[in-house]
Amino acid sequence: MEKIPILRMGKILLVTVQVELHDALAMALLDDLTRKVTEVGARGVVIDISALDVVDSFIGRMLADIAGTCRILDAQTVVVGMQPAVAITLVELGMELVGIHTALDVEAGMEKLRALIESEHAR
Amino acid sequence: MGEGEQRSQCEELLALLRDVLSDAGSTVDVQAPAWGPVRDFLADVTRSRSRQGFSPVETATFVFSLKEAVLARLRTTSAGRSEDELWSDILAVDAMLDRLGLFTTEINQKTREEVIVRQQEEMLELSTPVVRLWEGVLALPMIGTLDSGRTQVVMEALLQRILEERAPIAILDITGVPTVDTMTAQHLLKTVAAARLMGAECIISGIRPQIAQTIVHLGVDLGDVTTKATLADAFEVALRRAGKRVVPLA
Repeated sequence: MEKIPILRMGKILLVTVQVELHDALAMALLDDLTRKVTEVGARGVVIDISALDVVDSFIGRMLADIAGTCRILDAQTVVVGMQPAVAITLVELGMELVGIHTALDVEAGMEKLRALIESEHAR
Repeated sequence: MGEGEQRSQCEELLALLRDVLSDAGSTVDVQAPAWGPVRDFLADVTRSRSRQGFSPVETATFVFSLKEAVLARLRTTSAGRSEDELWSDILAVDAMLDRLGLFTTEINQKTREEVIVRQQEEMLELSTPVVRLWEGVLALPMIGTLDSGRTQVVMEALLQRILEERAPIAILDITGVPTVDTMTAQHLLKTVAAARLMGAECIISGIRPQIAQTIVHLGVDLGDVTTKATLADAFEVALRRAGKRVVPLA
């Protein structure tokens, strides 16, 4: 079965979705990712969905679930590179993913994550 | 329009009518296929007249004016026919010319509607420019009423530019929007939400006092969207977020 690779960069995990994200794959990603976050004690997760051009409400919910779960495991999630069509679809579906951090690309996402982690340290 | 042109138009119309009536017999259903040439001719006449500034009434009168002539002709050529026959002929001619006259009015209206639709489309394209104010700062000055169709175009144009320019900040300026209703406010919020999902932040500027009152009266919750009174204020905020500052020279 195909799998979405999770790359580790220090305390940050990078997930790049390069294939069509069908429901089973999204569930598997949630499993893998949460396991990996606890394994390595990650503080942040960057999910790059720039290659994703179709979403449905399930995938939208999975993104929210991933972010929520990682939050509980003390890792901030930033979703990066969402395509305009995907953004419009999610908004039309009423899924504004409030509480999820977003950024334009991986670079901006990493920066945002660092700022988030630092501001947590400051507290 | 000269008399010569009027005369030639009348003659052509009468010739066409003669052809149709000799073919189609006594049918006065001007929508029938046999009446195609007459309809086409009248449509041409109507369009050219409306371009020349004739009112729909004047164009219809052109057709109705044939009544007098045709009926007079009917009277002189129907010697020896019974009163009933003459009466039914008069009714037929009357009905036919009435319908043709109304047909020109319809064409007039259609021509105008086409113009309106074309202008709407042109305005749609004209009024949605996305401008780059600074590196990473986009502005969308919106002008005119925001309906669903327009907002969709605006939204897509803005999101596409955000993607192309990698701009983390976009300013939606609604100085040129005359009124805001619940739908418009919803559309604005959707645009802001979609931009946020892509990782860009939106600032709404140019909200006039009247519109601010309306938004509050409507009970629309702008949530945590940054709003500024003027584009200048919004630009300042955008620059600050981009880590830049405007300072006086020397």
